[in-house]
Amino acid sequence: MDTNKYVIKQISIFSENRPGRLAAVAHALGEEKINILAFSIAEANGFGVIRALVDHPDKAYKKLSSMGYNVAFTDVIAVQMKDQPGGLYEIAKVLGDAGINIEYSYAYSGKKAAVLILRVDQVEDAIGKIHASGATLLEHTVFH
Amino acid sequence: MQFWDPRIEEMPQADLKKMQYKLLKSLVCRLYSFSPFYHDRMKEQKVHPDDIRELADVKKLPFMFKKDLRDNYPNRIFTASQEELVRYHVSSGTTGKPTVVGYTQKDIDMWSTSIARGLTAIGLGRGDVIQVSYGYGLFTGGLGLHYGAERIGATVLPTSVGNTERQVELMQDLEVTAIACTPSYLLHIGEVAEKMGVDIKKDTHLRAGILGAEPWTENMRKRMENWLGIKAYDIYGTSELSGPMFTECAEQNGFHIWSDIALVEVIDPKTGESLEPGEKGELTLTMLQKEALPMIRYRIGDIASVDEDVCPCGRTSPRINRIQGRVDDMLIIRGINVFPSQVEYTLMTIPEVGQHFQIVVERKGALDDMLVRVELTKEAFSDKINDLMLIRQNVEHRLRNALNVAVDVELVEPGSLPRFEGKSKKVIDKRVL
Repeated sequence: MDTNKYVIKQISIFSENRPGRLAAVAHALGEEKINILAFSIAEANGFGVIRALVDHPDKAYKKLSSMGYNVAFTDVIAVQMKDQPGGLYEIAKVLGDAGINIEYSYAYSGKKAAVLILRVDQVEDAIGKIHASGATLLEHTVFH
Repeated sequence: MQFWDPRIEEMPQADLKKMQYKLLKSLVCRLYSFSPFYHDRMKEQKVHPDDIRELADVKKLPFMFKKDLRDNYPNRIFTASQEELVRYHVSSGTTGKPTVVGYTQKDIDMWSTSIARGLTAIGLGRGDVIQVSYGYGLFTGGLGLHYGAERIGATVLPTSVGNTERQVELMQDLEVTAIACTPSYLLHIGEVAEKMGVDIKKDTHLRAGILGAEPWTENMRKRMENWLGIKAYDIYGTSELSGPMFTECAEQNGFHIWSDIALVEVIDPKTGESLEPGEKGELTLTMLQKEALPMIRYRIGDIASVDEDVCPCGRTSPRINRIQGRVDDMLIIRGINVFPSQVEYTLMTIPEVGQHFQIVVERKGALDDMLVRVELTKEAFSDKINDLMLIRQNVEHRLRNALNVAVDVELVEPGSLPRFEGKSKKVIDKRVL
């Protein structure tokens, strides 16, 4: 199986934890006509990491880097969930049973279905197991 | 009025100056003959012991700086062999290397004597219980006050710093009459006592505080005296001169600098020219009797003025008034000297952070709080919060080791700290004393 098509390039941005930082990042992406499809903020004491799936990751990377931000790409996967009770359990159980650790995760409820974005320690394994379980993985072309 | 050494403390000023001249002359002769460091320094300055013909000739001698100790780490300018030393103290240096001070038995004795005179001058003696809440160890505060207090026959309670509730209990149970610590730690003890339901004014025998190792103000004095029902006395010193060693007398109007121990000058920090009594400038001390590490015209970096009038207490030695600032950017955090250059030096060895930094000092409650803001480099950025937390912990750990004081670190975005052309302002000190 070609797992590559399921690997999605997430953009991560280092940000200080103070008012206006998210607005500054969002404004820069808006100016470049980059659409944010999903995002989350992880925060620690004093700083945070903004993680986003965007339609033009390379363009976003270039723009934010040129503004002086610390930006990195991270490989994540996206799984379609049933938008009903137990939907998250099905996916989480597959990975848990396979001994694959979820480093972090966030979700959005899309037009067709709910989508779970996952950062895991073993990307290829996770894709294989989820695929085998019958759940639907989203290809990166869905996003960019 | 009590005196520890009445002969010296009340000696007419003309006699004191004669004594100082003799001590200076013999010190210079000894160093010129036996110390390559001082010999070369004097040669460079084109001054020979024969040129020292009166006390004012001290001006012909070269200055010494903290840098001289650092450059000669650990003991290259000591003038006593290791066998003659009975103790070392170590303080953090300005850039990585610490400074080491060695003491002969006589050095310890002179130091203790100096403190004994001061404690006597504020009415302490046999029968008093003195709680020493300065840090014990490489820092000079704890052991310095300990030996001085024992010298006058007081009972010492060596609590060191920390475990504050226990300090309050012991203060009550053992009927402590005086405490020696930093002014901010005494404020902290006062706050902890209040929380425990102990009113230091009514519930303890405390009547004096010997407070130093960091700057404080007359306002703080009034506040502590009213709040805690004590007399608060300032004490001055620095490890290069031995440690804390010169206190105020009962008049609370300046540190008595014992003339047989030290010769004090005030100079213009820019030109090095001597200033008149009463004029504000950089304090410069010559330790007249130190054996292991004599300091000649040592430029401490503190700004103050000298009062040569005989004190109403009867003591004839000159007094330094309250320290009014620094010639350099040294900070004092919870009694520990911190130079921004130490922070810079340490950060340079940590690849995950850039060379730019900002220090923010605040007083939270009674204690100083130091925050160092550093920029995370592009290469070090990780998407995982845990990795970033580890970087921050590592920086905190390294700074703590280098500075001997706990530091909070904040990771900030690259390029976000202010850049300066010329003299940078890397320190924001928000403390109101």
